[in-house]
Amino acid sequence: MHARTLYDKLWDSHLVREEGDGTALMYIDRHLVHEVTSPQAYEGLRLAGRTPWRVESIVATADHNTPTTHWDEGIRDPVSRTQVDALDANIRRYGAKAYFPFRDRRQGIVHVIGPENGATLPGMTVVCGDSHTSTHGAFAALAFGIGTSEVEHVLATQCLITKKSKSMLIRADGRLARGVTAKDLVLAVIGRIGTAGGTGHAIEFAGDAVRALSMEGRMTMCNMSIEAGARAGMVAVDQRTIDYLDGRAYSPKGDLWTRAVAYWRTLVSDEGARFDATQLFDAASIKPQVTWGTSPEMVASIDDRVPDPDRERDSERREGMARALEYMGLEPNVPIADIRIDKVFIGSCTNSRIEDLREAASVVRGRRVASNVRLAMVVPGSGLVKAQAEAEGLDRTFRDAGFEWREPGCSMCLAMNDDRLEPGERCASTSNRNFEGRQGAGGRTHLVSPAMAAAAALAGHFVDVRRLS
Amino acid sequence: MQTFTVHKGIVAPLDRANVDTDAIIPKQFLKSIRRSGFGVNLFDAWRYTDHGEPGMEPSTRHPNADFVLNQPRYKGASILLTRRNFGCGSSREHAPWALADYGFRALIAPSYADIFFNNCFKNGLLPIVLSESAVDRLFADVAVFPGFALTIDLPSQTVRTDDGSLSFAFDVDPFRKQCLLNGWDDIGLTLRHANEIRAFEAQHLAGQPWL
Repeated sequence: MHARTLYDKLWDSHLVREEGDGTALMYIDRHLVHEVTSPQAYEGLRLAGRTPWRVESIVATADHNTPTTHWDEGIRDPVSRTQVDALDANIRRYGAKAYFPFRDRRQGIVHVIGPENGATLPGMTVVCGDSHTSTHGAFAALAFGIGTSEVEHVLATQCLITKKSKSMLIRADGRLARGVTAKDLVLAVIGRIGTAGGTGHAIEFAGDAVRALSMEGRMTMCNMSIEAGARAGMVAVDQRTIDYLDGRAYSPKGDLWTRAVAYWRTLVSDEGARFDATQLFDAASIKPQVTWGTSPEMVASIDDRVPDPDRERDSERREGMARALEYMGLEPNVPIADIRIDKVFIGSCTNSRIEDLREAASVVRGRRVASNVRLAMVVPGSGLVKAQAEAEGLDRTFRDAGFEWREPGCSMCLAMNDDRLEPGERCASTSNRNFEGRQGAGGRTHLVSPAMAAAAALAGHFVDVRRLS
Repeated sequence: MQTFTVHKGIVAPLDRANVDTDAIIPKQFLKSIRRSGFGVNLFDAWRYTDHGEPGMEPSTRHPNADFVLNQPRYKGASILLTRRNFGCGSSREHAPWALADYGFRALIAPSYADIFFNNCFKNGLLPIVLSESAVDRLFADVAVFPGFALTIDLPSQTVRTDDGSLSFAFDVDPFRKQCLLNGWDDIGLTLRHANEIRAFEAQHLAGQPWL
């Protein structure tokens, strides 16, 4: 048989049928469900008199609308509460393999709880009505976001109508410097290939630098595949993948574990497999990254300056840059390190896992948040992450430094709950999108790694974390 | 689903690249559990000068006179002309719901983000890809001719002006084209293969019983 990519293998193993024009029915193993993109799908199911095809595939949680303080008071916003109540009612009515409702010990961001409970496994197809579903590709799963009509389609048929994407290899060789993280690597990738660079492609991240990343780091990279335009990103199985899954709540056990591991080890691209596109990166040359604009591709290294639109030749890009700088309240040619911030957000499906919190805490330990920073908050990705962090004393480290330590959820990544920026406020954020208004109308977002966010909190402006420690 | 065959309508130009779905429909309107009613909040942050929240009475809002959809000449527009990578970011289907609810039936751009592109077809909204040069030409003509309208002919896969001054062919996936022409429901189509899905599933789960 010809050499196949990891993506080829995942595609082939889920193909129910394929038409002559390439339109295919793909079988879905894991369907993650949250409160924002599912109510209309369940309503459609109900109106058509249908029921879910395979309840065992569904893992659900409430994360987007849930508050991160005063859980004892419930959800105060009645509109948010209605949406969470609708999820409760739909799961009660139709069932799920697992449901982690608001205030459950295992509740959390849907892209955190899947992997940490072993509900995301290598070789699976994983979908969710959420573009950051690409996160789960870190486990050599084919994972991608879908719209609500497709959520209904998966509920009703366990399949999606789709076509095969092209494949893209992003290989980062060499070693990341100390203080440079998976977040910096993926921001550098997006900075080079652009937010549409991966459109129409499934990305495989490979190379020494990716192999050296923890599962958390790989999740951070795959998470932001969508910011590079690719619906799916993935990393091949290795020992680290298997070690991470060993003993998780829904991981296979005993004899099944042995059989599963034997299969999972085949989930790598074959030697000589061909990709439709390849991009090579030198990991050692990458510096801590900070976005300066309103698109994740508008990114610079910490020792750079805000770019000058007048030096951009392409008129469409020049107008986009000028508009972004106006929105961001930035002047061209200002050093990135001179940008002062008002708020710091450490959290989101990109960077709220235990390793992210450890990384930030190690920068913060024994220091204080700068006086010009109005709010520095840490929002763990899940109840389990929060408990683990507290067991390690990370909550004390953050609190002693002046950070707020919150309950888990999506929080200020998209500001559907009360956590948001006020107009004009500037935030160092470990999330994934710096779009206009993303963190609150008029808010200004700079995307960074957890270590860089922590360092900015202490300095009151962006600073090279490598100089702090 | 609403069918799409031949549609003639006024073209509104949104001259920006990388328009994301957060801009198309901001997050505060995603709390609705319905599929309809998003049109009044389409491009909310650009379209109004006051901050919008769910449930606000549209007549009390302050329209931004500079925003293209608020200009009288584009009133009743049903074709949105825009730039590359339209619909990037969040997978929210509320974006095509808002565009369709506002009255758009088709979009014209050099490229779209994958998830958004896919979501459009599920809602009777036709996202047409034309070359950068064709899009440039359309932007130029829209600016010059008030009331500029196009006819979009899906069966023949052409976009044209009635006077024949412009005509562009476009590609569309044959399966998606049939779905739009006939208003087919994807789920109904897929369930015709229910036996095949069951057979696949039995074999798949037998091979990987941990799933």
